[in-house]
Amino acid sequence: MTDLYDTQRAMRAMRKAAMQRGVIALLDIGTSKIACLVLRFDPDTGLSAPETIGSLAGQSTFRVIGAATTRSRGVRFGEIDAMAETERAIRTVVQAAQKMANTRVDHVIVSFAGAGPRSYGLAGEVEVAGSHVDEQDVARVLASCDMPPIGQGREVLHAHPVNFALDHRSGLGDPRGHVGKRLAADMHLLTVDADAIQNLIYCIRRCDLELAGIASSAYVSGLSALVEDEQELGSACIDMGGGATGVSIFMKKHMIFADAVRLGGDHITRDIAAGLQVPMAVAERIKTFHGGVHATGMDDREQIELSGNSGDWEKDRRQVSRAELIGIIRPRVEEILDDVRALLDAAGFEHLPSQQIVLTGGCSQIPGLDGLAARILGQNVRLGRPLRVQGLPQAATGPAFASAVGLALFAAHPQDEWWDFEIPAERLGGRSLKRAFRWFKANW
Amino acid sequence: MRPLSAEPRYFAQPGQRRVAVNAARPSRRDPAPSRLAFRLQRLWLTPLVRSVTRIGLPVFAVVLGLGLWLGDDGRRADIVAKYEDIKTQIQNRPEFRVSLLKIEGAGPEVDEAIRAMLPVHLPASSFDIDLAAYRETITRLDAVADAALVIRPGGTLQVTVTERTPAILWRTPTGLEMLDAGGHRVATLIDRAARPDLPLIAGEGADAAVPEALAVLRAAQPILNRARGLVRMGERRWDLVLDRDQRILLPAADPVRAVERLIALDTAEDLLDRDFTHLDLRNQNRPTIRLSAQALEQFRAITGQATKVKATQ
Repeated sequence: MTDLYDTQRAMRAMRKAAMQRGVIALLDIGTSKIACLVLRFDPDTGLSAPETIGSLAGQSTFRVIGAATTRSRGVRFGEIDAMAETERAIRTVVQAAQKMANTRVDHVIVSFAGAGPRSYGLAGEVEVAGSHVDEQDVARVLASCDMPPIGQGREVLHAHPVNFALDHRSGLGDPRGHVGKRLAADMHLLTVDADAIQNLIYCIRRCDLELAGIASSAYVSGLSALVEDEQELGSACIDMGGGATGVSIFMKKHMIFADAVRLGGDHITRDIAAGLQVPMAVAERIKTFHGGVHATGMDDREQIELSGNSGDWEKDRRQVSRAELIGIIRPRVEEILDDVRALLDAAGFEHLPSQQIVLTGGCSQIPGLDGLAARILGQNVRLGRPLRVQGLPQAATGPAFASAVGLALFAAHPQDEWWDFEIPAERLGGRSLKRAFRWFKANW
Repeated sequence: MRPLSAEPRYFAQPGQRRVAVNAARPSRRDPAPSRLAFRLQRLWLTPLVRSVTRIGLPVFAVVLGLGLWLGDDGRRADIVAKYEDIKTQIQNRPEFRVSLLKIEGAGPEVDEAIRAMLPVHLPASSFDIDLAAYRETITRLDAVADAALVIRPGGTLQVTVTERTPAILWRTPTGLEMLDAGGHRVATLIDRAARPDLPLIAGEGADAAVPEALAVLRAAQPILNRARGLVRMGERRWDLVLDRDQRILLPAADPVRAVERLIALDTAEDLLDRDFTHLDLRNQNRPTIRLSAQALEQFRAITGQATKVKATQ
């Protein structure tokens, strides 16, 4: 546990160093594509207080100066499968983004979708030491949360304090300075497979880059695709990627649940390739240009030419109707949405006051998906695109870049996580000097 | 997933040649950069490396090459010789040639001297004539008060000379010098009779007080027909020497007033016609006269002092 604490703190320090240098790279490692954005942070003008976010929700402080995307290699279900291949893909995309930015990037923040994310809700309660709640009380209440059995070989990716309660008052965002006796905290813990993170760290190291943070793709795409009201009132962001579909539920601007379905757009492509007996590239192309989930009478008449390189002229010159294609796509999409529905049910999504569902990710571009999703998931479904940030190329504004843009927001203004708070004094065996100082201050 | 840059439409017109999409060519190049290429590009994007390579290296190469090339003495001498050659060629162009020396405002002797002092033989390049030094040489002539030198278009060196005008003669043990009104030597005069119009002064240090002498002479205008000249005594005061061996001793301070007084005395009492050798005006309260020996005898005879003297003898 302390290891993780130190690792995350080191990454935060790295992020701070990158902010000081002014340039940071964001890497979204997906199953079908790897996207890289290079952000330039404007030097702090010093006019705004450091605690405030600033104008335009803090987005005025950074600008995208480089963007590149490449076909992903060696990634399956959102986790690294073939290290060398992934490393090459990362090199390709980082090089292209650097070239566009015309600057060298040393620090990188990574997001990925897979690695079996699992959410835990933690609660802790502690007596306030003084009359007011201070940093040490917050640290103690966070430390008092009992660690759930996350299992062997799992690593904590996010640990957000989502709620503080003081005596009978709940829903406090920042309890510091409040008068009270008992301080309680709720924390959301997201764990992933440690091996996946280790592989990721290894790949990044091999590319001579410094890791300045790791984020779950479901979380960051929620940051960018959900508008502020949706984050406040309760909503689910469904990031339909290539190999995994991430689900994150937001409430009061905090992520309270995240999980992933190990199904995505690549499975639809596979289905098409298998069903129509065409190469994967052709299947991907047909899906992109002619895909859909609602067959109409018109679709029976629209013929799609297939091609292949089998050498058999008859096989390579076949035609299928669009209705047939939809007949292949729709069951797989329904399966994905059913799995998402199961996840939302398990998370208790129906108890939220607002049940907005936002579909984003590359796979959400299938025409008619919102209608199908409304039938399966609930009535409040909309298609989400990422927030607009300064300097983002037009090609990178689509829903496929939701998590990349979310990473930019995550890099600019990360939400407080557990490791951003102070370490409780009791656990600091080595820092007796600080304790002596406190004693000195208290007694003189 | 839609690629960022769309390929040409897949379904073309029937009958057109179909391009097999993504036909797996056997030797498809890996788009990923190698580790070395990646590192090199990152190195190249480092600002310090970039600036050193783009500015430092070329400058270093050029400086090194020049240094090596110029390290040879012969080459350096060649370059200098070439430079000098080109310089001479330009200076010797006809546009810069001076072929005529024109002197204005100088008498024949001065003209001769100035021509003799020209440091170069005409025609010459105007770059070879050091006008400042030449002017310095010309103004060093005693007869020249000032000179202005201009090279006119057409290759004429024009020298405009202002000559000194002699105002007074100064007799020295070595000879007779002509001085201008400021006391500066103009020329030597062989014969006093050549310039009878100029007054004469004598004595050591007389040239330093020429303006005063001229003032004195101006004041002595009525008796000037009798005056032989002024003599500087002890480099501080003047004696006005008249004919008949008469001397008027003027004070060091304000001699002009003393002369005016002398003129007044002369007008009133015909002082200068008296038989005396020295008239001492140095003490203005008490002008003193020294009679000649003969006059003194007469004076004594008249006053009866001679007998007494004889008697005492």
